[in-house]
Amino acid sequence: MGMKVVIIGCGRVGAALAHSLADDGWNVVVVEMKEENLSRLGPDWRHPLVLGHGMDEKVLEKAGVATADALIAATDGDNTNLVVAQVAVQRYKVPHVAARIQDPARADAYAGRGFEVVSPVKMAIDGLADFARRAKGDGG
Amino acid sequence: MFAIVIGGGKVGANVTRSLAERDQEVVLVESKASRADTLESEFGHRVIHGDGTELYVLEQAGVTRPPDIVVAVTGDDEDNLVIAQLCRERYGVEKVIARVNDPRNQAHFDLLGVTPTVCPTQRIMALIEHEVPQHALVHLLELRKENLEIIEVEIDPKCPCVGKPVNELGLPTGAKLISVLRGGVAEIAMSSTVLEVGDQVLAILEPEREGEVRKVLLGS
Repeated sequence: MGMKVVIIGCGRVGAALAHSLADDGWNVVVVEMKEENLSRLGPDWRHPLVLGHGMDEKVLEKAGVATADALIAATDGDNTNLVVAQVAVQRYKVPHVAARIQDPARADAYAGRGFEVVSPVKMAIDGLADFARRAKGDGG
Repeated sequence: MFAIVIGGGKVGANVTRSLAERDQEVVLVESKASRADTLESEFGHRVIHGDGTELYVLEQAGVTRPPDIVVAVTGDDEDNLVIAQLCRERYGVEKVIARVNDPRNQAHFDLLGVTPTVCPTQRIMALIEHEVPQHALVHLLELRKENLEIIEVEIDPKCPCVGKPVNELGLPTGAKLISVLRGGVAEIAMSSTVLEVGDQVLAILEPEREGEVRKVLLGS
């Protein structure tokens, strides 16, 4: 039996992540509110899809969150991701939970609550600052 | 009193107006520019345009003072939840009221310890049930923090409790009868009070006891 991951949100991040994890051998379940976004997964996607909002417990349960090894909240709403991640940790005891949080300040505020906070904006800031530091090093 | 209201829809605007009329210090945070402009024409400097789930916006509103109360009444439950958590846990605001727009999200507020909450839909449903009861058992009040609820039951001839005194009903622990309304007169329920057909009985109980209480009073 492979590991099971529930991905909430099938935007650019969620869809690419779903493919990437499926390639790694995960059993992926994608939860998405808008049907048209599911087409991002492409015509050959064979893993289960659940249509609905990630905060809806019925939807989470249909996606099998109670038996999931991991859940990744990757919608474009920071607050939705924060709530879904906490529900996954506290109610469904999902062992590995991560949330995508754009706002670096909120990402810091929610650090250390039993789930991984991944902030793309923070990563961009760190990456670009790193670039500038290296450029400065080259120049000096 | 200093209050921060987040969300400038009908509820937020009216709460702000009411507080301002009582000469209370209040700041209203609204994320939509057009709505913030409209609100500013009425409330002036009290309005802050910004996303109330962003820390710097909350700080602009004065959350670090901290306020006596924060009222999170946006139209999005996830926003109200996060506002409540940030205000309480990060800024030490002692009192936060959060609005629950979709009653299905109440469980999340409870799970994450956000209380008190106000859910207009749930309130209206409770009133409908009270005014036009479809079931013999009506939920009058939920005390979430205390894990108690108050229910009303009307005793009909088929009820197994008819003719029995309260202390012989076999009510579970965690459930108590409060009062009996009979012929328009309410009396405190004593252990010797004998239940009769037509009685309207109030009971207080732990919600998980509801099934047992239903069985004792109504038989099903």
